[in-house]
Amino acid sequence: MAVPPGVSTRDWETALRQFRQAVGESWVFTSEDDIALYRDAYSPLWGEPEERLVSAAVAPETTEQVSVVVRTANQFRVPVFPISTGKNLGYGGSAPNLSGSVVIDLKRMNRVVEVDDKRHFAIVEPGVAYFDLYRHIQERRLNVWIDCPDPGWGSPVGNSLDHGVGYTFGAYRDHFHSHCGLEAVLPNGDIVRTGMGALPGAKTWAEYRYGFGPTVDGLFAQGNLGIVTKMGFHLLPAPEAYQTSIVTVPRRRDIVPLVDLVNELEHQALVGMPEYFSPLGGFGRPGPPPQELVALMQRPGGPTDEEFDRYAQQRNAGAWSCRLQFYGSPKVVAAHLEHAKDRFAAVVAGSTFQDGELLRFPLNAEQLDRVHKVAVGIPNMSIFSIGARTELNPSPSDGHLWFSPIIPKSGEAVLEAQRVFMDAFAKLGMPSMVSPFTMPATWMHRAFIFIMAFPISRSNVAQNQRTRAVFRELVKVAAEHGWGEYRTAPVFQDEVMAAYSFNNHSLLRLHEAIKDAVDPNGIVAAGRSGIWPRHLRRTRA
Amino acid sequence: MKLGGGWWMVGGGSSLASLVAAVWVAVAGVPAHVVAASARQADATVQKGNEAYQYWCATCHGRGPGHPGTVALTAKYRGALPGVLEERTDLTPQTVRFAVRRGTSIMPFFRKTEVSDADLDAIAQYLTRRAAAPRAGR
Repeated sequence: MAVPPGVSTRDWETALRQFRQAVGESWVFTSEDDIALYRDAYSPLWGEPEERLVSAAVAPETTEQVSVVVRTANQFRVPVFPISTGKNLGYGGSAPNLSGSVVIDLKRMNRVVEVDDKRHFAIVEPGVAYFDLYRHIQERRLNVWIDCPDPGWGSPVGNSLDHGVGYTFGAYRDHFHSHCGLEAVLPNGDIVRTGMGALPGAKTWAEYRYGFGPTVDGLFAQGNLGIVTKMGFHLLPAPEAYQTSIVTVPRRRDIVPLVDLVNELEHQALVGMPEYFSPLGGFGRPGPPPQELVALMQRPGGPTDEEFDRYAQQRNAGAWSCRLQFYGSPKVVAAHLEHAKDRFAAVVAGSTFQDGELLRFPLNAEQLDRVHKVAVGIPNMSIFSIGARTELNPSPSDGHLWFSPIIPKSGEAVLEAQRVFMDAFAKLGMPSMVSPFTMPATWMHRAFIFIMAFPISRSNVAQNQRTRAVFRELVKVAAEHGWGEYRTAPVFQDEVMAAYSFNNHSLLRLHEAIKDAVDPNGIVAAGRSGIWPRHLRRTRA
Repeated sequence: MKLGGGWWMVGGGSSLASLVAAVWVAVAGVPAHVVAASARQADATVQKGNEAYQYWCATCHGRGPGHPGTVALTAKYRGALPGVLEERTDLTPQTVRFAVRRGTSIMPFFRKTEVSDADLDAIAQYLTRRAAAPRAGR
């Protein structure tokens, strides 16, 4: 049996006995087969000695049980690593930063504590999946939407705590931003509630997030000061109708006013999540690029903007498009769409709109089949169609790794990111994952994510090693341009945190000072986000 | 654990399992009331397996668009086998358990707090309910 690092066999046996007393014999997992289920299925370290593995898993059912388990862990200095439900694929799965940690698996804490469809909030435990919360709302015919990420099996608590994102409207898609109040078990076993939750008897826990005094909620997201056992979330009142419209602009340089105008519409809360793409190429296009484009791309220095424009004109295509999403009553949707058209007509010559069908809720079966479900708050798993075996992808990889740098929400920044990363891939001597048509992800309300997915193999160690080297180089390249990753797998968290280095890493130094004060034995999620407890901290160069 | 609805939409599984159990036990010469009890138990397990399947598996392996597991298996077998797992008659309990606990391709494995051993056994029984007939008769 694996023993956690720094723990004597005798203490480990005592701790395990106390874990079993706290949660029940059947909810402590120590067999090799059982703990293997806590590996990161998409680990870039799969099968290598450095792969992050766990020594055991403990699955409490209540906050009080979590508290007892944590007290025991603290007493014997057993490192623990909390997980909720879902998979966190591409960002580390359920594997800890520190091998030998005990996973505290919160799946059994699966209660929807409250949903209010007049004041529009929910309070849930970590084991509740988006599927569960959606079903709870549907079964009771409550008049609220949830905002869900791509995979519906995830946890609103876990997703928001890793700064996860969704697809609908404004701040709702920034899941941590839309949270309101949380309950956490501290490393000494103490239970704390934030915001109005700190006031016994308050009915506004999930409505007013600040309560009184400094707010500390952010320290628990991508942090390691405690184990979150409940969270409140603001919910969107269900809209009556939904419509998309694709705006297309003709010239390559039109990307600048395109993004500026969409920002204006979005930040005025007139549209939901915009989705950018280029009609000329980019993600998901089947088959090889046209010869003419290949020839253009191979010219020294690449094509000029005018050459791109001629190429687009020859194909009777625009340079860039954006799918706008309108929510509200049919009258509101029509008015917002009309306003968007007016703004583009005034600013971008030659812009065109292609309107989708106005959909009224509830949708019928045929509409449900063709709508982008997450855009209308319906959790599902269709995202895995990308990456799964298909006719066009007959030999898929075993998984993927996300590289997710945050860049400014501007057309200039997109063009710069394209250039910088294409150059970086050329210098690394590998096929570029970025093209002159690559557009960023728009899940964040106020920034772009210039996201890329690297394939992961469970059998090709050399490929994974190469991928890790490339990934580390891209982290550096991004940082040189002021771009930092918003989220990453444990294996890269030290490097990513190191890039946030203002004033000799003063932010990390603050995190470490807080960590030492709140968790002096360094038992909770050691190394999370590059924040290590004192006894495991390496000397910074 | 709370399971998803919709299990009633897939008919036939339970009665087939009862028949299989009855044939197998009758051959072994077990009294009729034991046969009936076994059949009820098999019914219940298949139903439980159906519910667990709809909750944990059908979101990827269901029918219709937007189900990546079905897309992947359709591409893999190119018509030689159905892409929808519930339509397969060649699955064995071992195959089902292996896929859930080891993962395959981009499908990850599932922890026991998600799919318990009991649920997994029931899912395996549900997915092999059609294959069980000739096997039991041997």
